[in-house]
Amino acid sequence: MFDATPPLARARQDGRVSVECAGLTGMVTLRGDIAAIGEPVADATGLSIPDTLGIVEDGGRALAWMSPDELMLFCAYDEAEEIAATLTAATAEDHALVANVSDARAMFELSGEEAALRETLAKLTPADLRPDAFPPGTIRRTRLAQVSGAIWLAEDGAMRVICFRSVADYVFSLLCHAARPAAAVGHF
Amino acid sequence: MLILSCPYCGVAADETELHPGGEGHLVRHGPGSSDDEFESYLFLRRNPRGVHVERWRHVHGCGKWFHAARDTMTMEVIGTYPAQVSEPPSEILNALGARSA
Ligand SMILES: [Zn+2]
Repeated sequence: MFDATPPLARARQDGRVSVECAGLTGMVTLRGDIAAIGEPVADATGLSIPDTLGIVEDGGRALAWMSPDELMLFCAYDEAEEIAATLTAATAEDHALVANVSDARAMFELSGEEAALRETLAKLTPADLRPDAFPPGTIRRTRLAQVSGAIWLAEDGAMRVICFRSVADYVFSLLCHAARPAAAVGHF
Repeated sequence: MLILSCPYCGVAADETELHPGGEGHLVRHGPGSSDDEFESYLFLRRNPRGVHVERWRHVHGCGKWFHAARDTMTMEVIGTYPAQVSEPPSEILNALGARSA
């Protein structure tokens, strides 16, 4: 067994918007017909199934809509393996795939005023980040400069960003650069 | 800049969030076809100045392939629709018909 190491441990930049590596985070991907696997997944996780482009948070866990046949569960890193096993059993009757992908992705947390958070991300993505198009409870998979990522405004007011772990250093640098106080535009 | 609405997630996706897949509704010619048919399937494309039906993939988003009908000269987008069809749906055909009328 290896000791799991978070991508960019202790990476942090403070300012108008603070950027921080969220550390080890549990992520379990589910693929299948959501109409079929939704109910067993909701029962096993205690979360309701999100609508298209939605993310549902409760009790330290979150369930995100990733595509018409894909969901992603966020949980504590240490419980991901067990949850994945539970979900595999819960969806055994259906044509579905469950995988613990916690070590495949990195998560960042941006904190600050909401307008500043929107502005920081808007420098990196073509997604419409105006409040009516991107309210809390919405997850948007999109492009962050040259790589894929997903962003959402969490219930605690933080902007969460995930990307593949192999590009974590690149995305952290992008976020820090976009968050520099001198780069403020005041658009939102 | 081109903006196409993904028919799967509903996102009005910027061109840079998508990956182009070339001409749509190609007729596949594999084993048993003539050399001419295979050549046309593999190499020959319409590349029109005007209305074009294309395949696109929402690569940085939901990951799904879809079709888009657009005008390559004016950049007007006539519409988008799912990948699992072998010809444009009637609303797209009607829109194309209205344009040429
Ligand atoms: Zn999409």
